[in-house]
Amino acid sequence: MAKTPTAKELFDSLTKKPNLMRGDIPEKPWMETPVHFEKGNYAYPGKAKILEELKFPNPRDWNPEDDDWLLPNNWEEIILTGFRERLKKFRSLQVFMDICVRCGACADKCHFFIGSGDPKNMPVLRAELMRSVYRGEFKTAGKILGSIAGGRKMTFGVLKEWFMYFYQCTECRRCSVFCPYGIDTAEITMMGRELLQLLGVNINWMMEPVRNCNRTGNHLGLQPHAFKGSIESLCDDIETITGKTIEVPFNKKGAEILFITPSADAFAMPGIYTMMGYILLFEHIGLDYTMSTYASEGGNFGLFTNNEMMKKLNAKMYAEAKRLGVKWILGGECGHMWRVIHQYMDTMNGPADFLEVPKSPVTGTVFENARSTKMVHIAEFTADLIKNNKLKLDPRRNNNFHVTWHDSCNTARGMGLLEEPRYVLKNVVNNFHEMPENAIREQTFCCGSGTALNTDEIMSIRMQGGMPRANAVKYVADKHGVNTLSCVCAIDRATLSVLMNYWVPGVQVSGLHELVGNALIMDGEKERETDLREEPLPDEVLPKKEEPAAKEGDENAEGGEG
Amino acid sequence: MPMIAALIAIAGVIAAAFGLTFAGHAGQVILGIVVPYAAFAFFLAGFVLKVLGWMNVPVPFRIPTTCGQQESLPWIKQSKIEAPSGTPGVVARMLLEVLFFRSLLRNTKSQAMDVNGPRLAYQTEIFLWLAGLAFHYTFLVVFLRHFRLFVGKVPFFVPPIEALDGWFQITLPTFYMTGGILVLAAGYLFIRRIINPQVKYISLAADYFPLLLILSIAITGILLRYVLKTDVVATKAFLTSLFAFSPKLPENPDDISYMVFVHMFLVSTLVAYFPASKLMHMGGVFLSPTRNLANNSRRVRHINPWNDPNIKPHSYEDYENDFRKAMKGAGLPLEKDED
Repeated sequence: MAKTPTAKELFDSLTKKPNLMRGDIPEKPWMETPVHFEKGNYAYPGKAKILEELKFPNPRDWNPEDDDWLLPNNWEEIILTGFRERLKKFRSLQVFMDICVRCGACADKCHFFIGSGDPKNMPVLRAELMRSVYRGEFKTAGKILGSIAGGRKMTFGVLKEWFMYFYQCTECRRCSVFCPYGIDTAEITMMGRELLQLLGVNINWMMEPVRNCNRTGNHLGLQPHAFKGSIESLCDDIETITGKTIEVPFNKKGAEILFITPSADAFAMPGIYTMMGYILLFEHIGLDYTMSTYASEGGNFGLFTNNEMMKKLNAKMYAEAKRLGVKWILGGECGHMWRVIHQYMDTMNGPADFLEVPKSPVTGTVFENARSTKMVHIAEFTADLIKNNKLKLDPRRNNNFHVTWHDSCNTARGMGLLEEPRYVLKNVVNNFHEMPENAIREQTFCCGSGTALNTDEIMSIRMQGGMPRANAVKYVADKHGVNTLSCVCAIDRATLSVLMNYWVPGVQVSGLHELVGNALIMDGEKERETDLREEPLPDEVLPKKEEPAAKEGDENAEGGEG
Repeated sequence: MPMIAALIAIAGVIAAAFGLTFAGHAGQVILGIVVPYAAFAFFLAGFVLKVLGWMNVPVPFRIPTTCGQQESLPWIKQSKIEAPSGTPGVVARMLLEVLFFRSLLRNTKSQAMDVNGPRLAYQTEIFLWLAGLAFHYTFLVVFLRHFRLFVGKVPFFVPPIEALDGWFQITLPTFYMTGGILVLAAGYLFIRRIINPQVKYISLAADYFPLLLILSIAITGILLRYVLKTDVVATKAFLTSLFAFSPKLPENPDDISYMVFVHMFLVSTLVAYFPASKLMHMGGVFLSPTRNLANNSRRVRHINPWNDPNIKPHSYEDYENDFRKAMKGAGLPLEKDED
C-alpha cells in the first residue's frame, strides 16, 4: 500500500503546487493527458472468484498498472453497444449527454476537485469523459471533425480514464444542485460504472460486499449465528451500562415491524453504539419488532455496480417482510441505503401490497409519505415519538458532546431528510452548532469515501475528497468547540472517523441514535455512570457519591440536581 | 485550439455572407430566401425530432435532486418548491428554474488558502447568473421587437416593449437598451470563457462558436439600426412577404442594405445550427429528471417500463439451506428442520 501523505503535505499540494483549483491551467488539453495508475491512486480490482460467483462478465485477476487489462477482444464493441442500450433506457443519460453548455457552475462544487485540483474531477469534465465518446462515436459532427467537435474514439486510454475517474466520484449529487439543468453526475458515474462492469473492470471493495450481501445477507459476510452473536454481545454491553437485560428478536414471524439497518451497526465502531441506541429505543417503547439475519444489510453496494444487482440485493427486504408476515419495515440510519429505498425500491421490487401503510404503534401516526413503499426512516419514526412525548429523555447525559450535524449526501439530496434528524438531535443534546450554510443540508459535502471508495489503499484520494467536509467541521470546532460530528450514514460513521483523525483530530463521530440511547431514561435502569461508549457521563448527571471529605464544589453540585 | 476553430468558423460564416452580397440579385435570393427557409425547416424538424427522441426514452426511476425538506410528518415544514411532492410544486420549481435560473443563483466560488492552517473559503458568485439572465431576456426582447418587421400590422406586444426598451430616449433612432445589454452580456460570457481557468480548460469550439455568432448577429443588427440605416419600408415589405411564404425582393436591389442580408444569413446559421448543438438546452431543461419529477417516490409507486421481473433475490430457502446447522445452533427459528 502506498504511504499516505500527512494532512499538511496534502494541503500544500493543493495550495503550493500548480493545479486548476488554484487557477493554473494545465499545459496540455485534457484529451491529451493520459492517466497513470500507481499504488495509491486506484482501488484493487474485483477478484476473479467473486465475479464468477456473481456471474459478472470477464472474471480474471488483473492489475490496473499493467498495459494489458485482459479485456475481451471486442471490448470496444461491447462498450459502445452497452452505451447505445443505456441511451435508450435512461432519459437522464440521453438528455445529460445532449444539453450541457459547459458553463462551469459545477466545476468547484465537487469535493474531489476542491480537494485535489485535478481537472478531471470537475463534474463537467467527468461527464465529458463520456460525452466525448458519445460525440465521437455516435454523432456526425464528432465522427468527422473529431476533437475539434469535442469527439473522440473509445480507446484503451479512454477506458483507463473512465476507470480512474468514475471511481473518484461518490455519486453525492452536489454538482446537480448547482447545475442550471440539474445534470446529475451520479447518473453519469452510474452509467460509466455499468459499462465498465461489462468488461469486468471494477473494484473489489465493491464486489466483495455485493457477493457477501447476496449470499450471507450482509457486507462483511457475517453468518447468521455470528450476526446474532454480535448483537447479543452489544446487549451484554447495554446490560453493563444500564443494568437492563434486553433480548433482540431475530427472524421472528408475526412481529409487527421488520427492522433493517446497515450491518456495520452490528459490528463496526462507532456504528455499534448506534445499534445499542436502537435496541434501547425499541425496548423503551415496547416495540413488537424483529431483525433478520437473512436481510441483515440495509446498505446496498449493488447501487454502485449496476441497476440489476441493486434490484437483486434490495429484493431481500420485501421478500423477508413477506416471509415473516410483518406489517411494515423500519429502516435504520444510513445514506445510500435510503437513496435506494426512497427512489428505487418500490419501482424495482414493489408493489408491496402484502404490507400495511406504516403506522406507529406508539403514537398512532400514519406515515403517509411512505404509503406505497411501506418503509420508514428511523429519524422520521423517532422524531414522531419525541413530538408526541413518548420518550423519557435526559439530554444532559450528552453534555460532554458539542455536536454538529453532517447531512449525508443521499438522504439530503436524494430524499430531503433534513429536519427530522435535527429535531431528534436537538431533543437529545444541549450543545448543537450548525456548520456553515454551504456545507450542510442540500449543499452538504460528502465524506469523500462513498460508493465503495471506503477502502484503505486509496487513502490519500479519500482524504482529498473529504477535505471540504473536514474543513467545515474544523470551522465549528475552532469557533464553538465542537467535538462530535453526528450523522445518519453507516459509511460516514466509519469514514468520517478516519477523516476527522486526519484533518480535525479530537472530533469523534457518532450516529444519531447513539445520542438518543444515551439520553433515554429506561424504566428500571440502574443509575448510569457511563455513556454507551463506556466513557464517564458528565458530572451533572453522575450519581452523587457520599464522599466524607467534601470539597467546595459540592454545594453547586447539589444545586444542580434534578 | 477550440477557440481558434470557433474563430475560423465564424470568420467563414461572415465571409460567406459578405461574399454573397456581391452576387447581386442571385446573392439576395440565396441569403434572403433560400438559406432562411432551409434553416427554418432544419430548425423545426431538428428541434421536434430531438425533443421527441428524448421523450421516447423512458424515465426508469424517480430521481429528483431534493434541495430542501421532504414531505414528511405534518408538523415538519416541507420545502414545497425545492423538494416538491406534487405537481404544483414541480411546476413552481420548473418555472423558477426556467424563468429565473434558480440553480445558477446558488453559485459560489471556492478557494483553498493557507490561513494558520488549511482553510477553504467560499464566496457568492452572482455574475454568471446575472449575465446569463440578462443575455437570455434581452435576446428574447430583441426577437419580439423584430415582429414589427415580420407582419404587416404591428403586433400588440411590440409597442409597449419598444417603449420600455427605449426608456432613455437617447440617440435617433431611439436607443434600445436591450441591444446594448445583449452585447455586453454575451461579451461577458465570452470573456469569462477565456479568463476563468476552469471554464477555459473545458471549453470546446462548440462553446465559443454560438457566442461569437450571437455577438455577430447583435452587432450587425445594431449597425443596421444606428449606422447603416437600411430603407425600413422596403426591408419590411420584403420580410413580411418572406414570413407570408411568398417572398418578394424589391425591384431595385439597392433598396435594402447589404447588411440586412448579412444579418439574415447569420441568424439563419444560428437557427440551423440550433438543433444539433448545446443550444438544445432550451428544450432539454424541461425534460431533466432531477428537476421535473415530484419527490414522492415512497408515497406513489413510480413505474419503470423495462423493470425485469426475473431478477429475484438469493432466496431465503437457499440461505437457510446454506446455514441451517449454524442457525439451529444459534437458536434461530427455521422453516425446515431436517434433523
